[in-house]
Amino acid sequence: MSFTESLETVTGTKIRLMRGGKGAPLLFLHGASGASRWLPFMEKLSETHEVIVPEHPGFGASDNPEWLDNISDLAFFYLDVLDHLGLDKVHLVGTSIGGWLAAEIAIRNETKLGSLTVVAPAGIRVKGIRKGDVFMWSPEETARNLFHDQAFAEAMLAAPPPSKEGMEILLRNKLTSAKLAWEPRFLNPDLHKWLHRISVPTLIVWGDDDKAMPVGYAPAWRDLIPNSRLEIIENCGHLPQIEKADRFVELVNGFIGEVTR
Amino acid sequence: MKFYFMHLMPYADLDLSYDEKHNSAWVTLPNTYYDPKKGHQLYNRYLDELEYADQLGFDGICVNEHHSNAYGLMPIPGVMAGALARRTKNVKIAILGRALPLLNNPLTVAEEFAMVDNITGGRLIAGMVRGIGAEYHSWGVNPAFSHERFQEAHDLILQAWTQPGPSVFEGKHYNFDYVNVWPRVYQDNPHPPIWIPSQGSSETIEWAAHPDRKYTYLQTFASVSIVARYMKMYKDVAAGYGYEATEDQLGWSLPLYVAETDEIARREAKDHIEAFLQKFLRMPMEMLLPPGYTSVKSMVGAMSAKAGHAMKQTIDSVIEEGKFICGSPATVREKLEEYQAQIGFGHLLTLLQFGTLPAELTRKNMEIYSKEVMPYLRNVTARRTA
Repeated sequence: MSFTESLETVTGTKIRLMRGGKGAPLLFLHGASGASRWLPFMEKLSETHEVIVPEHPGFGASDNPEWLDNISDLAFFYLDVLDHLGLDKVHLVGTSIGGWLAAEIAIRNETKLGSLTVVAPAGIRVKGIRKGDVFMWSPEETARNLFHDQAFAEAMLAAPPPSKEGMEILLRNKLTSAKLAWEPRFLNPDLHKWLHRISVPTLIVWGDDDKAMPVGYAPAWRDLIPNSRLEIIENCGHLPQIEKADRFVELVNGFIGEVTR
Repeated sequence: MKFYFMHLMPYADLDLSYDEKHNSAWVTLPNTYYDPKKGHQLYNRYLDELEYADQLGFDGICVNEHHSNAYGLMPIPGVMAGALARRTKNVKIAILGRALPLLNNPLTVAEEFAMVDNITGGRLIAGMVRGIGAEYHSWGVNPAFSHERFQEAHDLILQAWTQPGPSVFEGKHYNFDYVNVWPRVYQDNPHPPIWIPSQGSSETIEWAAHPDRKYTYLQTFASVSIVARYMKMYKDVAAGYGYEATEDQLGWSLPLYVAETDEIARREAKDHIEAFLQKFLRMPMEMLLPPGYTSVKSMVGAMSAKAGHAMKQTIDSVIEEGKFICGSPATVREKLEEYQAQIGFGHLLTLLQFGTLPAELTRKNMEIYSKEVMPYLRNVTARRTA
């Protein structure tokens, strides 16, 4: 695994970054469970890209700044991050809350973006399709509901309990997720009005058996973002980048290859 | 020492086998378990019990606030306080809600409390709480902002009570150009007594004990060692500010059952206190402690102590821990005298109805307690402080 870790101070807020690989820059925005480890899909993406994985403010080892109240604050902060890192034509990839965040960034300013990939993003509402209540699920229900293939859930449940520090990070991540998404639940009521402004090529990826953010949301995203394509991965839950890492990387690489040709 | 009769008004007719299908009496327990005809009977029975406490010579009666559950049927406690305001003559009426962060407009609390204070000619005690974790699910309020919403709502209510209106309030969660509550509070020197019920939190204690506030800290349902620890913390914080906390600043709320003998008391209370512990209080961690409700540090502590939480509470375990006082008048007198001498609380809030405890046993409990326990403790504590 070849990556480096650093702490960057962006407009007064310290964030932890992991980086690896060479090529066009790809900024990955994590979901509710944070990004404390360099995962196999990151390694695979880093074969063809410079992969940059920050931990959002309020998550993991990053600062928990006073100013962070909602997803809009975080989206504007990431515009500062793009400037700070001097990124241009960056491929923005976000999953779950991170997918929501990526869309919030893109509607504000997409001039530095080369493409956008959102994976089972939160952020909009389709009336009648209820999102899973991750804040009400027990740890066991969470593990079971995140994956289609229960072997992943079993592995997660069989893992030794986290250390005190690990527990603190889990709780911080959960707290910041609540800040962003408790009420209205995983929703910015205004976001759907402005998704039409996204003009960079956009890939939407969804697992067909997603119990957190049901796949019924996927067509709504496709219809709201004009220049978008939807890929549904079969036999897959809420975390395609983990559960179907190869397929996920293949889709992202294929899409980026197409749009940068 | 002052004595209060506290009620939770549980839905005592709850089908206790609900837990074969549902994991809690809160948030998600279908309200089809509630029968309004039985509810009508219960509300009126419970109000009668609170009124009876006035006749029995209690210093105060307490209502409280809980939402979407079978544990307590007082989502809008002001309705109960309003009903009691006219039917009682002497007792203080403590509203131990309101759950400030759950409300979109805290000025409704300033109004509601002021109305009760006016009707009763100053018999109101104003409780301010954050609500319990489950209510952040039921009420769709973000627990991550629970503490700051509480602070801000409190500041707004205090401003409404103590500054001539109209005044301006500029906050993060609440903003008003014309804070101008009618009626003004009856107890206007400077405002009605404020009580802060808590399950125990150092942040809350530090805040309540601050010289600008000196609010009464009320420890709810906790083992006697925890009660002692938090009350000592209050006194220490006060001493750190250079003043001595009085007994008036410390209160304890707990269920109690007194009967002719220890044996009768235990036998009569057992099923009802265990229904309270095992059925009405039942909720998973995810409901009890949503993210942000307590600090990450306290959460880590709570998670590590989870094994202890999972242990089933029984009549014996809660008597042992001093969470529940149960026995003959002599036993109850002896324990309370010892705890009071040791801890130094000035307000004792007894839950003399709990869980499924029926009307006749509740009345018997109230009568024995008010005749054989209260006067004795009044005397010994008066003698000690004299």
